[in-house]
Amino acid sequence: MGEILHIVVCAGIVPDPLQTLEPVNNSNVLGIKNENALPAVLDPWAASALYEAAALIRKFPGSPQQPSKVWLVSLGPKAKLQQVMMTVAQKASFQFVAIDGPIGGFPDAHSTAAVLAETIAALPGLERERLLLFGGWESATRGAGVTLQLVGERLGIADQFQGVDQIELRDDGSFEVLERIEGGKHQVSLCAGTPAVLGWATGSLAEPRNNPQVGMTNMRGILPALQKAKSANLQANGLRYLSLSLPKTQRTTRLVKDQSPKAIADELLAWIREE
Amino acid sequence: MIAEDMIEDCVSPEPQEQPGLDMERPTMEVDIACAGFGPAMGGFLTTLTHAWNENPEDPCFQSHAVPGMPLQVHCYERADDISAGVSGVVTRAKGIRASFPHLDPAEIPMAVEVHAERVLYLLDPIGASRRSAVLRLGDKVLRAAGPLLGVRDSAFELPWTPAFLHKQPGLVLSIGQFNQWVGSQLMESGLVQVWPGTPVSAPIFSGLAVEGLRQPDQGVKPNGEPDAGFIPGMDVRARLTVVGDGPVGAVGRAIDEKTGLPQGHVRHEWALGMKFVVEVPEDSPLKPGTVWHTFGYPEPEIFGFLYVHPERLVSVGVFVPSWLGDPQRTAYRYLQHYIQHPALWTYLKDGTLRSWGAKSLEESGKHGEPFLSGDGYARIGEGSGSTNMLTGSGVDEAWTTGVQLGEAVLELLRGGKPFTQENLAATYETRRRASWVERGARQAENARNGFHQGFLRGLAGMALAGLSGGRLSLAAHIPPAHRRRELLRGLKKDGALLALETGRPLHDAALSARGWPEIPFDGRVLVTHQDALLMGGKVQAMPGFADHVIFVHPELCIECVEKTCIAMCSGQAITEGEGGVPAFEREKCVHCGACLWNCAQSPDGNQGNIEFRAGAGGLHSAEN
Repeated sequence: MGEILHIVVCAGIVPDPLQTLEPVNNSNVLGIKNENALPAVLDPWAASALYEAAALIRKFPGSPQQPSKVWLVSLGPKAKLQQVMMTVAQKASFQFVAIDGPIGGFPDAHSTAAVLAETIAALPGLERERLLLFGGWESATRGAGVTLQLVGERLGIADQFQGVDQIELRDDGSFEVLERIEGGKHQVSLCAGTPAVLGWATGSLAEPRNNPQVGMTNMRGILPALQKAKSANLQANGLRYLSLSLPKTQRTTRLVKDQSPKAIADELLAWIREE
Repeated sequence: MIAEDMIEDCVSPEPQEQPGLDMERPTMEVDIACAGFGPAMGGFLTTLTHAWNENPEDPCFQSHAVPGMPLQVHCYERADDISAGVSGVVTRAKGIRASFPHLDPAEIPMAVEVHAERVLYLLDPIGASRRSAVLRLGDKVLRAAGPLLGVRDSAFELPWTPAFLHKQPGLVLSIGQFNQWVGSQLMESGLVQVWPGTPVSAPIFSGLAVEGLRQPDQGVKPNGEPDAGFIPGMDVRARLTVVGDGPVGAVGRAIDEKTGLPQGHVRHEWALGMKFVVEVPEDSPLKPGTVWHTFGYPEPEIFGFLYVHPERLVSVGVFVPSWLGDPQRTAYRYLQHYIQHPALWTYLKDGTLRSWGAKSLEESGKHGEPFLSGDGYARIGEGSGSTNMLTGSGVDEAWTTGVQLGEAVLELLRGGKPFTQENLAATYETRRRASWVERGARQAENARNGFHQGFLRGLAGMALAGLSGGRLSLAAHIPPAHRRRELLRGLKKDGALLALETGRPLHDAALSARGWPEIPFDGRVLVTHQDALLMGGKVQAMPGFADHVIFVHPELCIECVEKTCIAMCSGQAITEGEGGVPAFEREKCVHCGACLWNCAQSPDGNQGNIEFRAGAGGLHSAEN
């Protein structure tokens, strides 16, 4: 693999999960209420992928003639993308690639993957043999669970890993990957080299703090990228979604006095078992 | 020009050394640097972008900082999202509509036109309220004559709403959603960069001139000492610094410290606004656009409100003022009692709490107005004393001051003139002085004087000022907020005993000892304070920043009996600490700033013993 990395991170934007989201059905079109106006964030799993990419580049910066590089490819409404980038840009250095598209709706994953793959394939300076295609293995909204794999397939990348928590590069160009499997364990794989697709779980890095200097530097590329963002015409391809629901949340407040630690622990255990 | 001799001694302590001046810092040049993104900054930046959208080729938009580029306008906001504003408001929206003549409220979530207004006097159905004998007598009369006077659910509706309280044809808004809507349009223009999660710690002074903004250091310990990953805060140098960081913002207060306030001006009046956003049932009779103003309960001094948004959302809250002479100013508990008043509970009891928020309001109005401009800077919004305390209106006034500065800046840019105090006074201040904002501020100047001598006297004074257009008012000497805490010392003893027995905070126990019933938590509308912090969002506190609440002289805290900072802390971020010095948890702080003006101790007899510095994050809730 050498020490020159070309990492492309595919990361969408999603309604900020911290707020109260409400499914709506407007004339049989399913969506989230006021989604276009709700604050958005970078999809949390894909954000992990970005932070891991940035950390890898710090370890393997390449050379002045051939620096390692991170591209962040994001599909969403331009104005929304810009707002999200004002925060994301402060956390890691990257070259931004914007694709103007809808924020809501349920486009077919094949349609989304086609647009992403076409955009990535056309990135100037990207060398396919050095490519690590990063993304999230899940999404905070409408995760089809297959988009990243489909992008990889369209780019002809056979080595794909999902639920990744760690990558370790070796001197001979190979790398070791830890993928989540059942039972809280990891599967260890050894891959001969790039290109490869890695769908990240949470990784092990904390969210980087905002660094205004990094943000200002990124912004020099982000604004032009937004201005020349091409429009994506995503097709539903005949898919129809019948229902929409949010993850179950439960909040029960109960005041209990003088309960022993054991009783509290027993109750917690019982609750966890119920779940 | 602000001359040294214009600075009043009592409000201008010795200028403090700027921390970290000797440290090498990264520097960036922009044309206009802005502190804080609220309605005032929204008005300022909208005015610039509207002009830019009309003619981006206008030479006035050429950058001096980065030749060949458009004007570099950077705005820094401490909250982690521009939508994390904390206020549900009703506003006449005169200035906002002037900026957006074709404004359709339906475009803004939670916005709707005002269609009905009521003013309710709330009787005390419990008997725990601190009412004077005269007020109790009045209440008895109202109860006795209830059916005749239309008293229902322990509430008397005023048959006539004074004109100065009218908000029609205004808007009910969520400031969080409004900011989001404004911010989206600003971003689309490409002229303005609004950076969330980016606090500003101080202005960069050169003498009395301001040359930009300094961002706080990161990678530091809670006490500010460098830690792993230390990054010195960047200096952003600018031709013009626009200060719109609100009444407790670090930049505005640093300028006040440096220059003092104009002769005779003081900031002695504050209030803490705290509110819930409740989703009411589908069959609720509350119509969107309904506005209630209430007074009389839970304490006579505490005013309240209920605004109905679209989609069955209701903002309901209270204002706990600095003139409430009681160290047990625990706003959260008062808010819970408030919403249980029969007049409101009828509509709210089957609802669900969606979010919660709190904010300090600077209520000195014209009395607290700082120097509006200086060499290289201008002040807009609430921190510039624009809030009208007679009409209870601040958002539209703040927006309009931003618009006025925007117009002034365009005039100066087009004229090729520098941003000197003289030029800003001739353009911005002149516009402001000639506007409805100034006329309203003058009418409201002394409208609340009477409240410092009692509730009924306060109402009379407010009516006098309101009905006479500010020509008549009561005289008053208003002491600093921290000196008004002397009442109810006797009750404190009972409260202290109860607190000792139950392990509860003193202020909470004191309210119970005074007769306020325990809150019957239902897990939907009535939830614990800590649960409320997680409703509709949560507090954001990025690691690596220093604590922003500092107890300056710990020995004063040890001596302090009241510890009103604990009672008043909106997020329960300040708690009893070891050895008598309160403990502060940044991860719970919603940046309301109440501790700043509630500190019962004062090293200099004027300022409290708590320093409120710049910090990142705060409450994150878009539905506020």
